[in-house]
Amino acid sequence: MAVETVPGPLAAPVSGPNDPGAAASAQIKKSLSRRYAAERRFRIYGVLAILFGLLFLGLLFGSIVLKGYTAFVQSSFRLDVFLDRGVIDPDGQRDHSALMSADYTKLARKALATAVGADPDSKPQMREVGQLLSRDVDVQIRKVVLDDPSLIGKTVPIWVLAAGRVDMLLKGQLDRDLPPETRKLSDQQISWIDKAVANGSLEKRFNTGLFTNGASSNPETAGIGVALVGSLFMMMTVLLLAVPLGVAAAVYLEEFAYKNFWTDLIEVNINNLAAVPSIVFGLLGLAIFINFAGLPRSASIVGGLVLTLMTLPTIIIATRAAIGAVPPSIREAALGVGASKMQTITHHVLPLALPGILTGTIIGLAKALGETAPLLMIGMVAFVVEYPTSPLAPATALPVQIYMWATSAERGFVERTSGAALILLALLICMNLIAVILRRKYERRW
Amino acid sequence: MLKMPTLDVQTNAAAAGTETKVFANDVNVYYGEKHALQNVNVNIPDRAVMAFIGPSGCGKSTFLRCINRMNDTIPIARVTGKIVIDDQDIYDKSLDVVQLRARVGMVFQKPNPFPKSIYENVAYGPRIHGLTHSKTDLDEVVQSSLEKAGLWSEVKDRLDEPGTGMSGGQQQRLCIARAIAVNPEVILMDEPCSALDPIATAKIEELIDELRQNFCIIIVTHSMQQAARVSQRTAFFHLGTLVEEGPTTEIFTNPKDKRTQDYITGRFG
Repeated sequence: MAVETVPGPLAAPVSGPNDPGAAASAQIKKSLSRRYAAERRFRIYGVLAILFGLLFLGLLFGSIVLKGYTAFVQSSFRLDVFLDRGVIDPDGQRDHSALMSADYTKLARKALATAVGADPDSKPQMREVGQLLSRDVDVQIRKVVLDDPSLIGKTVPIWVLAAGRVDMLLKGQLDRDLPPETRKLSDQQISWIDKAVANGSLEKRFNTGLFTNGASSNPETAGIGVALVGSLFMMMTVLLLAVPLGVAAAVYLEEFAYKNFWTDLIEVNINNLAAVPSIVFGLLGLAIFINFAGLPRSASIVGGLVLTLMTLPTIIIATRAAIGAVPPSIREAALGVGASKMQTITHHVLPLALPGILTGTIIGLAKALGETAPLLMIGMVAFVVEYPTSPLAPATALPVQIYMWATSAERGFVERTSGAALILLALLICMNLIAVILRRKYERRW
Repeated sequence: MLKMPTLDVQTNAAAAGTETKVFANDVNVYYGEKHALQNVNVNIPDRAVMAFIGPSGCGKSTFLRCINRMNDTIPIARVTGKIVIDDQDIYDKSLDVVQLRARVGMVFQKPNPFPKSIYENVAYGPRIHGLTHSKTDLDEVVQSSLEKAGLWSEVKDRLDEPGTGMSGGQQQRLCIARAIAVNPEVILMDEPCSALDPIATAKIEELIDELRQNFCIIIVTHSMQQAARVSQRTAFFHLGTLVEEGPTTEIFTNPKDKRTQDYITGRFG
C-alpha cells in the first residue's frame, strides 16, 4: 500500500514568537499530521474491506470449482459389445418395436464380464458386474443399434457410462479402505474396476452428457440440456418483449411525457418495481398467466413472461439514464436544423444512448437468467426428460435445475450441482463481458 | 429543389438593412412564474447583422430562442405577443415549427457538431428536409456550405473524419456550415465565440461579415467589441426589457438611455 509521505515542516518562521502568522502555521502543522493520519487510516480500512470481499469471493469460487470440476468428466467403459442377433432380433424382422425392447443390458453385462474376466455363467457374479454399469446402459447401446441396424451380429466397440459408484471411486470420492458394506462396492467389484482401468477399458472421458442430457434419476446420465433450452426460450421471450417495451417506455417518459403528478407517480412505481422481491413476480405470473390466461404450467413462455415483467424496470431505468446522459446540445443541434422530435430521437439520441441501453439490457438479461424464485412459483421445478420443442412445452431453467440437484443426496448430484453452477456463472460472466466490451466499443466522448 | 442563393454582392449591398425581416411586437416570455422578457418590440433588418447585448440574465438569449421557437422545448416556458418573419406569424397555430426551424437556422454557444463525420454533419439538414435528389446534389450542397463557412480548404481531404475531432473554432464553423446547408433565411447565433480563442473568434467574425450578404443574422454577444465590429444594428437588453435599439454606431457613440451608456462604458454588467 502506498503511504503518502507527510510533507516536511515549512521553513522556520523568520519573525518573532508573537507573530500571529507563525502561530497559525504551527497550528496548521499540528493539525496536518492528524489529518494525514486520518487519511492513512481510511486507506487501510478500504484495503481491508476489499481484501475481505476478495477473500470471500475466492472461497466461493474455490469451493464451487473444487466441488464442481469433476462433473465435467464421467467414467465410461469401453466395451466390445457383441450385438447378438439371438438377443436383439431373434425373428430377423428388424422390427422397430423389437429393436426398442430388446435386452441390451444383458449384452453389456456379458461384454463387461469378458473385459474384466468375470464368469459369465455365475449369476451372483453377473449381478455384481451389472452393478458397475449405469442403469441407462441399454439406452446407449440401443441408440447405436437403431442408428445402424446392419451392425447386428457384429462385435462393436461402444463407450457406455459406468455406474455412479464406479465414477465416485475413480474420482477419489469413495474411500476404498472403508468396510465393504458401507462403501457400496464389494472387494470383487473393486478388483474388476482396477483391472478395467489397467487394461484401458475404463477411463474418465469428457462429459458431453452433462450439456445434452435431460433430467434423470441416475446422476451419471443427468444433464442440463433441457434446462439450457428452457433458459434459452425464456431469454428469447425476455429479449423480444422487454427490450422493445422497455425502450419505448423509457423514450416516452424521457422525451415526450409532461412532467406532472402522473408521470412522477409512474417513475416512482418503476423504481419500486425494480426492488420488488422476485417471488412476488412469480405469484403474479401464477395468478395471471396460468390461472387467468390459462397458459400451461412449467412452460418456458410463462417463465419468460414473468422474467420480462421483472426485467422491464431494469431496462427502463438503464435506458432512461442513457437517454438522459445524451447532452442537450446534441438535441438542440438537431432541432436547430429542423429535425422533428422523432428524427432527433431516432437519428441522434438513441444511437448515442445505445451503449447504455445495451449494457442495461444485457445486465437485465443476466439477472433474469440467474433468477430462480419466480420460476418455482410457476411450476418450472419439473422433471423434464424430453427436450422442449416450443416455448409452450414443459421445460426447466438452469438455476432451477441447480436447485433441484442441490436437493438430491447422491454424490454424483452434488458435483453436478456445482458443475451446473459453474456453467451458469460462466454464462453470466460472458454476458457481463459482452456488456463491458459493447460499452467500451461504442462509448463516445463529446 | 431549392437553389443555393447566388452571391450577388452588388444588389445585396444595396438592399442591406433596408427591409424588415423579423418583426417582434409585445413579446413576453414567462418561465413558470418568472417574467423573463417584457414587451419587446423590435424590427430586425434583412441582410444585415443585428447584435443583442446586455448583462447576463437580461433576456437576450431568451428572445433569440423565441425567433426559432426553441423555447418550445422548455416545458415551463410560455411566450405571448407576436413575432413575424416575412409577414408570417411564427406563433400562429397553423405554422409548423419544424418548417420554421428550417428557415431559421441556429448556431449555439458551445460548438455542438453531431458525433458523426464532417460530411454527415453538413448533409444532415438537407437530407432530412429532402432538399437534394442525388448524391452529387448533396455533395455540391455540402461543398458550397463548407466553402461559405470558410472551412472547405481545411477539411476537403478529410470529410469522413468525425466532426468532433476538430478544433473548437473549426467545430463552430462546421456548425455554421450545417446551419446554412438547409438554406435558411435567418441565422441565430447565441454567443458563437464565447468558447473560442481570439484567432478563431476573428475568423468567425469575418465569416459573419460575409454571410450577411445573404442572410439576416442575429447574434447574441457578451462582448461589446464584437457587437461593434460585426453588427449594423444593436439592441441593448436589461432586466428583461429591450432598453434601446438602433444603428450600432449610434448605440455605442451616442446612446439615448442612461442604462445603455452605463453598460457600454463598463459601469455595470
